[in-house]
Amino acid sequence: MKHNIIIVGVGGQGTLLASKLLGRVFMDLGLDVKVSEVHGMSQRGGSVITYVRAGEKVYSPIIAEGEADIIISFEQLESARWLSYLKKGGTLVSNTQQIDPMPVITGAAVYPEKVLERIAALGVNIVAADALALAAEAGNVKSVNVVLLGIAAKYMGLPEQVWQDAITATVPPKFLEANRKAFTLGYNYEA
Amino acid sequence: MKELLIGNAAIARGLYEAGCKVVSSYPGTPSTEITEFAAEYPEVYAEWAPNEKVACEVAIGASIAGARAFCAMKHVGLNVAADPLYTASYTGVSGGLVIGVADDPGMFSSQNEQDTRRHAIGAKLPVLEPSDSEECLRFTKLAFELSEEFDTPVILRITTRVAHSRNPVELNERVEVPNKPYEKNPQKFVMMPAMAKVRHEIVEERQKKLAAYGADCPFNRVEMADTKIGVITSGISYQYVKEALGERASVLKLGLTNPLPDSLILDFAAKVDKLYVVEELEDIIETRCRVLGLEVTGKEIFSLCGEYSHAAVRKAILGEEAESVAFPEAIPGRPPVLCPGCPHRGLYYALKQAKVYVSGDIGCYTLGALAPLASVDSCVCMGASISGLHGFNKAEGDANYNKAVAVISDSTFIHSGVTGLINIAYNKGISTVIVLDNSITGMTGHQQNPTTGLTLKGDPTAAVDLEALAHAVGIANVRVVDPNELEATAAVIKEELARPEPSLIISRRPCALLKTVKHAAPLSVDADKCRGCKACMKIGCPAISIRGGKAVVDHTLCVGCGVCTQLCRFDAFKTKEAR
Repeated sequence: MKHNIIIVGVGGQGTLLASKLLGRVFMDLGLDVKVSEVHGMSQRGGSVITYVRAGEKVYSPIIAEGEADIIISFEQLESARWLSYLKKGGTLVSNTQQIDPMPVITGAAVYPEKVLERIAALGVNIVAADALALAAEAGNVKSVNVVLLGIAAKYMGLPEQVWQDAITATVPPKFLEANRKAFTLGYNYEA
Repeated sequence: MKELLIGNAAIARGLYEAGCKVVSSYPGTPSTEITEFAAEYPEVYAEWAPNEKVACEVAIGASIAGARAFCAMKHVGLNVAADPLYTASYTGVSGGLVIGVADDPGMFSSQNEQDTRRHAIGAKLPVLEPSDSEECLRFTKLAFELSEEFDTPVILRITTRVAHSRNPVELNERVEVPNKPYEKNPQKFVMMPAMAKVRHEIVEERQKKLAAYGADCPFNRVEMADTKIGVITSGISYQYVKEALGERASVLKLGLTNPLPDSLILDFAAKVDKLYVVEELEDIIETRCRVLGLEVTGKEIFSLCGEYSHAAVRKAILGEEAESVAFPEAIPGRPPVLCPGCPHRGLYYALKQAKVYVSGDIGCYTLGALAPLASVDSCVCMGASISGLHGFNKAEGDANYNKAVAVISDSTFIHSGVTGLINIAYNKGISTVIVLDNSITGMTGHQQNPTTGLTLKGDPTAAVDLEALAHAVGIANVRVVDPNELEATAAVIKEELARPEPSLIISRRPCALLKTVKHAAPLSVDADKCRGCKACMKIGCPAISIRGGKAVVDHTLCVGCGVCTQLCRFDAFKTKEAR
């Protein structure tokens, strides 16, 4: 089975750790893995996209429009921006957080209304969650990434233990407990 | 053991396993992590040099001493290092010498899209192009063997997508390679005309041997499948071709792309019905095919600009496209921005108020060109801010000297700004130069540099004293400001612009992302006091937005720098204590 997963958000939100963790899970399952990351200028509060692919043999490290099984989005506007990458019948897991981009802050553009409702109206399977609140509940607001990963995990059909093992291997000990809890809160989340 | 490594980490692992002894580099996205990862191996000596020319010369010196040596840079860094490299091609090597150069198709973090293979053709150097992390490691090791076998520096060319993509890599142990004993050999290593003439002949012979070697070498391979379509490709494009076409095409994968293996190309072309070349950026393989008299399709259907994808290959060659849905409204862009608490924000605000021409440079602070600060007027290359300002002012004439400044970071100033400053002092310029000293190389992700007092490996060391340096080159007026104090900063800029002499202003405050920087508590807005005048919006802080006509602060972003409080005439921003 091939997995095509896209993680999108705003530079600085922790998308890189999520993709690293996801890549680790697939590698532990014995699959070929490719993860493509964004470093450098686009990390400074810009829109960022990370691709995670796994399967018997993976060539391209990126995912094109209409190909993603799952999009994990850390921010509403980014859900809209990268929506075209979702395949027909794919699932969008979206944080409900809104972060105004600079053109909105300067008044040059307007943040669209009711983004997630309008995406749902297009017939897209969408799971929306206030991941920031769940992360706070887990004890670390920075664990938004792991909460969202937990929610998405349910749609990948992989055993929960593989995930917990990967978290243990990837996350520094100091933050381990909060992240394990964040994952479970996400995994058990009911939209 | 297998590990999931980005291409840059795999190259560092390759350096380690190959017994590489000396690494000297200058940071530049997407090449930076190679040297950072290399520094984690105690067996490898690794350093940040002040610029790519110095780094390349250090590696050349280490090779002459007989050690395996390496140097990494981004594509535009090779322009800086081109001088030593073109002649190192003539001298050849003693210990293997590999130059890692990372191109940036799509310009994720660069000012141009130049193709390193052009430099390699000019310098007559072999180029290896890995297409994933596994090849990054393997090619790095083989590059040293190739370098020693053919007595040549080797360019290891990667692109952003290879540098920053992660895939499983098999790790092996390091094999120590003892230094080759140094033997004096001026005929080989002293490049003055009499010797260089002889060496040039040797370089041309080497080119022929390398071209022949390319026909049967571990870097190039043919993957035959359906022969109706044949594709010649290299680097990341190979992965896109395989993903898009699978068994529907035969592929000639080139890992050694300079010089190109003519006989291999001709053999392959004869076996397929229609021949394509898929290569990002320049049409180098394609042009060679045409020289060989082949009918080939390339840049007619693929762009010279930007990054490719398997979707682009599929569309161009097969005419197939995936179905997708789109959000039914234009989506506001999200360009990168100066971080909350960034010390450059206050300085740019002061410059905007001063209404001056700002000669800009390369780094995070180039973002000061974007709205709402929109302060930067020009940005060309590392160091060009200072020399460009001098030219601007000479052209404007002495009567207009007080209308322009240069901005440059501590790291970029050391890289190639200091020569421009010497030029101003020497040639009786009257320019005002501002060094944005944030105590680190910021944009590339916090690398130490000669002004920070720490080495790449974190050891304390000598730090350049910018004030003393400026005095020493002949700049009498040196001022230091804290850019978060808006009024004081504006006053110093005004004073120094008014002075008909050259000045250096050091705008000093550490990068807000540094772990050693202690932040104040986030601010809040007193909604009763806020009049919605938007004065605070002029600094373009990502933590402040307007909701329901009033300013609000995002507590997850605000670091309490207090620049906004200096703009508010109604005292609406509250500190934690006031709350």
